Amino acid sequence: MIELVTFIILSVVTLVSAILVITRRNAVHSAIWLIVTLFAVGGIYLLQHAEFLFAVQIILYVGGIMVLFLFVVMLVDIDVALKQARFARQWPVALLTSVLLLGIIGFALYNHSQGLKLPSQPMISAPVQNTQAVGMALYQNYMLPVEIASVLLLVAMIGAVIMAKRKLE
Amino acid sequence: MIPTDYYIFLGSGLFIIGVVGVLTRRNVLIILMSIELILNAVNINLMALSQYFKSVDGQVFAIFVITDAAAEAAVGLGLIIALFRNKETVNADEIDLLKW
Repeated sequence: MIELVTFIILSVVTLVSAILVITRRNAVHSAIWLIVTLFAVGGIYLLQHAEFLFAVQIILYVGGIMVLFLFVVMLVDIDVALKQARFARQWPVALLTSVLLLGIIGFALYNHSQGLKLPSQPMISAPVQNTQAVGMALYQNYMLPVEIASVLLLVAMIGAVIMAKRKLE
Repeated sequence: MIPTDYYIFLGSGLFIIGVVGVLTRRNVLIILMSIELILNAVNINLMALSQYFKSVDGQVFAIFVITDAAAEAAVGLGLIIALFRNKETVNADEIDLLKW
């Protein structure tokens, strides 16, 4: 019962702050609301007994990516954007497409609700802790993907440095 | 215990909000933030199904998604800096150099 109430509160916070992210005029406000969304999603991870992912969400997303976002939002000037239109010219078409997508997803979920009716299974008290289990999986079954992810991060780092350089020789 | 369906509904809702943000906003920074929303929606689904199947694989894939989000944010923000330096704008509909 208390779990369900927590879930509903976290979902409402997630969805409302996500809507605020895409409707605020000021990009700094959007970034702040995105931080609220990320915290709420982290809470949902915690509800799913994924403590390691919760920590990663807070440290990496809120601590790393969002600080980067805020930094760049402050670098590009926001005074001009405050006086301009918020939405692009194509917004009616875009909204129509989104409503269509919502309809498709809703129809699929409703239509397959028989197949989707996943029973809620209580987590058996795991013999290993979540962080230990994730670590085992990462470094045993998923060793090659971890290496590829590290190469991806290296490529992204070099790409970002090249991109932000003033002049290419 | 919360039914897995609820998590999937929440993930779908967050995904739709992110799609609306990507398609309708003019500011490139907010488009990138909407992409982060979409990636979080994917992560919620991965977590819910990982818990349902009592397997840790979904959580591992969520970590890879977060890695991807970090790489995307770094390169995307570098692009925005370069763009702003050259065109003095962050509006998506003013960046039409490749449009015929």
